[in-house]
Amino acid sequence: MGAVRARVLIRPKEGILDPQGKAVERALPALGFEGVGHVRVGRMVELEAEDPARLPELCEKLLANPLIEDFEIESIDGA
Amino acid sequence: MRWGVVQFPGSCDERDALRACELSDGEARLVWHEERDLDDVDAVVVPGGFSYGDYLRAGAIARFSPAMGAVAEFAAAGGPVLGICNGFQVLCEAGLLPGALLVNESMRFTCRQLELQVAALSPQEGGQSSNLPDERLSIPAKHGEGRYWAPEETLDALEANGQVAFHYAPGQNPNGSARDIAGVRNEAGNVLGLMPHPEHAVDPMTGSTDGLKVFEAVAGARA
Repeated sequence: MGAVRARVLIRPKEGILDPQGKAVERALPALGFEGVGHVRVGRMVELEAEDPARLPELCEKLLANPLIEDFEIESIDGA
Repeated sequence: MRWGVVQFPGSCDERDALRACELSDGEARLVWHEERDLDDVDAVVVPGGFSYGDYLRAGAIARFSPAMGAVAEFAAAGGPVLGICNGFQVLCEAGLLPGALLVNESMRFTCRQLELQVAALSPQEGGQSSNLPDERLSIPAKHGEGRYWAPEETLDALEANGQVAFHYAPGQNPNGSARDIAGVRNEAGNVLGLMPHPEHAVDPMTGSTDGLKVFEAVAGARA
């Protein structure tokens, strides 16, 4: 069995000011995109893991800072 | 007093930190990020810069370096540690200080001389967290990710325990930090982190020597 391809989505926690999201949100009406709100900008990390059971630990220790960020792990191959 | 100044790939203020340590009446040497031996130093500075390119998050990768493992042990044994700017971010990521540093509220890099109000610290048993005088220090700040953040209950506890070391003077918060916090200590009082740069305020030529007071306070902060 080979490595599992996964995608980790990391975003700022609810309630934490996300100035990047705010800047994007404010720019949208100027481009004619009305009615778009609650923009949050995060990060996405793709990786291949031989032991996917360890991914949550890896996310908590390095990919995300659990104090300020939430993360979700998705399998890319749908496995 | 012998200082060790940690140098990561991407550090850029380690030379100024060395000089500040020397001007505060000490000797200083660089500690390369792959070193583990801090036996010959009495205090450690984790300096400013962009350690490991600040990839992922500022300080996130530096915290796993061999030198930071040694710094964590040094701090646990009561050794004084000063984290400046990126060093503050590294200490927060490493869990040696509470909270986190987020992108400035303005989204802009800030670079200016500003005033720090030394917080009225409540003396702590064992530690010496009241060894900075209650006054204002003129010190420059330069950072893009300096917005101090911690959960409300953590902020309350920091204030109650006298762990807030510095506030930005009223009206001078450059980054949107919670409660105008510019620097914090750990509970024992021997680990101090701040975003502004005391190592850049040590020579009258640049307008202020107030930064030396921070180095002198850290030198006396063995827990």
